[in-house]
Amino acid sequence: MTGNTIQLDKNGNLKHFLTTEGLSQSLLQKILDHAESFASVGERAVKKVPLLRGKTIANLFFEPSTRTRTTFELAAKRLSADILNLNIATSATSKGETLSDTLHTLEAMHCDMFVVRHANSGAAHYIATQVAPHISVINAGDGRHAHPTQAMLDMFTIRRHKPDFSKLRVAIVGDILHSRVARSEIHALNTLGVLETRIIAPHTLIPKDVENLGVQVYHDMDQGLDGVDVVMMLRLQKERMTGALLPSEYEYFQRYGLTSKRLEKANPDAIVMHPGPINRGVEIDSDVADGERSVILQQVSHGIAVRMAVMAMTMGRNPENAGATE
Amino acid sequence: MSDDINVNQLINEMASAIQLHTTSHAYDAPLMIGIKTGGAWIAKQLHQQLGYNDPLGELNIAFYRDDFSTLGMHPEVSPSQLPTDVNNRHIILVDDVLYTGRTIRAAMNEIFDYGRPASITLAVLVNRSGRELPIQADITGKTMLLKEGEHVKLLGPEPLTLSIDNAKSTGT
Repeated sequence: MTGNTIQLDKNGNLKHFLTTEGLSQSLLQKILDHAESFASVGERAVKKVPLLRGKTIANLFFEPSTRTRTTFELAAKRLSADILNLNIATSATSKGETLSDTLHTLEAMHCDMFVVRHANSGAAHYIATQVAPHISVINAGDGRHAHPTQAMLDMFTIRRHKPDFSKLRVAIVGDILHSRVARSEIHALNTLGVLETRIIAPHTLIPKDVENLGVQVYHDMDQGLDGVDVVMMLRLQKERMTGALLPSEYEYFQRYGLTSKRLEKANPDAIVMHPGPINRGVEIDSDVADGERSVILQQVSHGIAVRMAVMAMTMGRNPENAGATE
Repeated sequence: MSDDINVNQLINEMASAIQLHTTSHAYDAPLMIGIKTGGAWIAKQLHQQLGYNDPLGELNIAFYRDDFSTLGMHPEVSPSQLPTDVNNRHIILVDDVLYTGRTIRAAMNEIFDYGRPASITLAVLVNRSGRELPIQADITGKTMLLKEGEHVKLLGPEPLTLSIDNAKSTGT
């Protein structure tokens, strides 16, 4: 499911954004550069540009989400697009409509883009193969597979604080197994050429295919944090836990919770990130989450700029190159 | 091709004309804004010569272009920078070449998203034929009558020169 063939049009422009895996460094940097331009829009009197005026974007959330859905919504609005929020869980699918019927219904309403969040890995990819050629699909999180816009907003946040990726040691801490965020981050970090990507987690929360990910694995947090420049905490995904993967939340915090004392192992100017929502006292101490090294709230505002960039890039392609046959 | 056009000389003349224009209209403390990239090069020199106190603003109109749906994202987008509040200010908007007028329309739309200026004065290095919108320059360095397919382009930033070519639809 590296899917470059489906993500890019024949000129190498982004058509769908489904995963960070397999995209080139220059394309990822281009997303970050565009996001930098869009970030300034949020600081103006009128926080809106007319770029996607007249386009219709549908937020298809098959799984609940607040921050991702609202930042996509805000991003679309700042680009002057019209946005529909469809809470699929409570709509037609629960009346028995199939996914492809729902999609074709939305196509008939002349939507130009679907932003998809789904509990099943590969859902966004599947939808991208089903839609009409003029429609772009953005993956807003599919199962354990990918969450590419989250990864890119994290890359954007890192780049703003530490512009040279090639000098960075980055640690991703926590529930790697269930985390689509971690997967997308690992691919993005490696493509952007960081010095080292580490993952820190108990054996039970590390995926089996970890060797293929190009990371250093640590089970001891103090060792793993030693000398890193960026600490990316992950949420403990209680809703995806089945079976006895962890002894208890208390014990998890003792071994893998980020406290100010533990953070001393990292470089003195290391930044602390978290994709949210935070489980305070489970994976991160409030001291750290609210502390001066935390960039967690910046991640949220950067999310809007990055999503604007991705929406503009996928929709702003010459229609002649859009993949439809000429 | 056109080595005979002295861009710096034209800029000097523009500076005098702007001075005259702002004085005669009693514009207090005008705010200069250049359109990236060529307009910003010219604006930088004008800004220096006129000794304005407020920092120079730079506008990237990529998000306001009317050809987005056909051409897509402009490859080089560096953000606009308007360091000063534009509300109630007299703005001198500077561009290198005034052609169809579409860039100026986009630039004015963008300025209005920052606030409501008291006035906008348009100063261009080259005022060429081919207008598609009712937009005219207040201050012009040089007027050129060019045919469709002929292009004039400012090269820079150091030195600033004008290049004219008549290759069919090189498209910039």
